[in-house]
Amino acid sequence: MTAPNIVAPQTHDWTQDEAFMSELRQQMLKFATLQLQDASIAEDAVQDAFIGALKNQQTFGRRASFKTWVFAILKHKIIDVIRNNQRLVPSSLVQNDEEDEAGLEVWDQQFDNRGYWHLSERPTAWQQPSESAASDQFWRVFEACLEGLPGQYSRAYMMREFIGLSTNEICQQLVMTENSLNVLLYRARSKLRKCLQTNWIDKGA
Amino acid sequence: MMNCKSATQLLSQAQDRKLTFIESTSVKLHTAMCKGCRNYGMQMKQLSDLSKRFIQPEPRS
Repeated sequence: MTAPNIVAPQTHDWTQDEAFMSELRQQMLKFATLQLQDASIAEDAVQDAFIGALKNQQTFGRRASFKTWVFAILKHKIIDVIRNNQRLVPSSLVQNDEEDEAGLEVWDQQFDNRGYWHLSERPTAWQQPSESAASDQFWRVFEACLEGLPGQYSRAYMMREFIGLSTNEICQQLVMTENSLNVLLYRARSKLRKCLQTNWIDKGA
Repeated sequence: MMNCKSATQLLSQAQDRKLTFIESTSVKLHTAMCKGCRNYGMQMKQLSDLSKRFIQPEPRS
């Protein structure tokens, strides 16, 4: 008796969908460039990630699973580049203490002089953030808020929250003390929080 | 009592490291009485979850 010939159910091959692939490539390039601060290194990382994904010759039934898969590969490529390439740190990322102080003063305007929230700045509860997450419009706002962060804030934030590097690793990469990194992450999170509050929550979307 | 500025700084750091006993006690005391900082603390976790979903786009499409 011969073994039955098992044929996998035919699913759509997203890698043949040019519009989808080109949009995905743009998203990946944007992400990699923000992380690596170098367009050509980012381009290489994205290409490697695509090749890595295609090498497995899998067919992905849903766009989302293909996206997840290439983004996961890209994330690892970026971590490799960051870990192996010390030259990546642009000098502008090295903290300047004077600027730091000035930045803090402006930033602190959300608190009164005793360090308590100004009434208008006090965070209000976010209803149903998981429902928002299902909306494309929400992700456009989220992306715009991320892009609005100053370069060194967004890089530190992405290394920590997107790539998941430890604070120790980030301090080494960005050549800064843990205190400076804490300040950067604090400001990045606070700005992102406020931007989402203003542009999503308060608009009642 | 700790002010909102210090409390929010520690609520951000709590995403990156385990706070010391004294730090976490002071933050808990503060947030028990301050709704703004309580919301801020919840939003730090929500931001972190949203960021993970942003780069792992599975639930998005």
